[in-house]
Amino acid sequence: MQLDILTALFVFMLAAFLGMDIIRRVSRLLHTPLMSLTNAISSVAVIGALIVTGQSEDTLTTVLGAVAVFASTTNVVSGYMITDRMLRMFKRREDRQS
Amino acid sequence: MTSTAPVTELLYLGAAALFIMALRWMSQPATARRSVPAAVTGMLLAVVGTLIRPEVVTYQWIVVAAIAGTLLGIPLARVPLTAVPERTGLSQAFGGLAALLVGTAKYYMWLEEGELTHFRAAVVAGEVILGGLTCTGGLLAAGKLAEWIATRPITYRGQNVVSFVMLGAAAVLAVWITVNPTDAWALPVIVGLALVFGVLLILPIGGADMPTVISFLNSYAGLAAVAMGFVLENKLLIAAGALDGASGFVLSIIMCRAMNRSVTNVLFGAFGSVQKAQAAAEERTVKSATPTDAAELLLNADSVVIIPGYGMAVAQAQHRVRDLYDQLTKRGVDVRFAVHPVAGRMPGHMNVLLAEADIPYDRLVEMDDINPEMPHVGVALVIGANDVVNPAARNDEKSPIYGMPIIDADKAQTVLAIKRSMNPGFAGIENELYYAPNTLMLFGDAKQVLGDVVKQITGEASAH
Repeated sequence: MQLDILTALFVFMLAAFLGMDIIRRVSRLLHTPLMSLTNAISSVAVIGALIVTGQSEDTLTTVLGAVAVFASTTNVVSGYMITDRMLRMFKRREDRQS
Repeated sequence: MTSTAPVTELLYLGAAALFIMALRWMSQPATARRSVPAAVTGMLLAVVGTLIRPEVVTYQWIVVAAIAGTLLGIPLARVPLTAVPERTGLSQAFGGLAALLVGTAKYYMWLEEGELTHFRAAVVAGEVILGGLTCTGGLLAAGKLAEWIATRPITYRGQNVVSFVMLGAAAVLAVWITVNPTDAWALPVIVGLALVFGVLLILPIGGADMPTVISFLNSYAGLAAVAMGFVLENKLLIAAGALDGASGFVLSIIMCRAMNRSVTNVLFGAFGSVQKAQAAAEERTVKSATPTDAAELLLNADSVVIIPGYGMAVAQAQHRVRDLYDQLTKRGVDVRFAVHPVAGRMPGHMNVLLAEADIPYDRLVEMDDINPEMPHVGVALVIGANDVVNPAARNDEKSPIYGMPIIDADKAQTVLAIKRSMNPGFAGIENELYYAPNTLMLFGDAKQVLGDVVKQITGEASAH
């Protein structure tokens, strides 16, 4: 899966502009869950940790990779769980009475 | 190129699309509940796509580390909501750490196999710098937010110079290792400098600036993931990291605007440490009220606007606030909440605490929408907020907060302010609001005071 640098920069540029546009539209009520959600999304970095750990052959890189898998799995699990927990708390008046 | 490659790429494509949808659904609370399932599905696609890659050959360490991470992640997701800011700081630190470690591991693999190129060394250097500073910066921010370490800005002479020398040295070494990719001694030094720089970056920042700083760290964590994407030549990492980076960036700008301060001023201004001189104000009188007076005022008002601040979170008073809301609403008083964008310790912090206390979100009104209505509001009830209702931001050009947009509590017919004592707030700035003729102070712990007010209201009702 070769990726040349210009394609990579292109993807970065598009995603950055798209991101700024989407985030500007996020309700101010939800800025805290937004932050935990984006934390969780960027912990897709777990795949980088998986690649390194899965392909490594010596002790040093295995340890580095495994700690990275640990750190990013923590983020994935806690990030999604707490975002879900917070979002469930936002209720309207009608929802509350029912 | 093996046969699983197109499948992996397609799964990554799906993951990126799902992440984008998840963020779009955050535009309103009604659709936001779909966000988490969408993003979780995206994550699953990404992980499956990765595990089927041919270069991933050993699984035992992956399994062990993933189980350990899950075991730590679950309790971290169950912290009380007042502790969400420090959890966020911690997760940024973990994100930074992962980037730092993956970059370092990849460098040594390439070094071993003789596959280092100038480009690879350069992106690894970028990744470890961003990862390193996010790691220690996030940890320190979490420590300050949890008050394990002093929340006041820690400053010394020449601080900014020292910080920039650190970052400059890391940058010079990054160029060095790009030119000489196999000079392996440089990498640990770059890592060390980045880790120290992260500490220096957060030390001078005070509690009131945390909403901005935590947003910045979010942005750095995203950029660290982007750098990892460049190292691993992975489009999904670049896209997801860019979304995170953009989110942190937009939030920092919103926070800076809400305080009328520039980005550089927040990062290098050490706000809250320099204004001690003017706290020596003359003795002035304030009017204080009892919970009974407060209950009567609130019941006789047509409309009440409650303005919560970090003090409400500290006193854990949000459930008493809900009781008050319930009692007043039941008696026909229109109660709304005005939330300042920088109230609390992270963006949107107050909204989450009020939602947790079961206050309907359609009662939460933004600053710009409530201000024109303030003159028609019967009672503005200020709970643990200080600088965000200080009229000096509008009137006093010499005030350090002059120009900051505030909630115009002082324009309400009557202001009730709950406060522990007359000590000035975090930034040490006197608040004119408390001395205004239409202001009554309720001294005491917010939870206690609100409990007493609610008792008065229910007691009065039963006496009728």
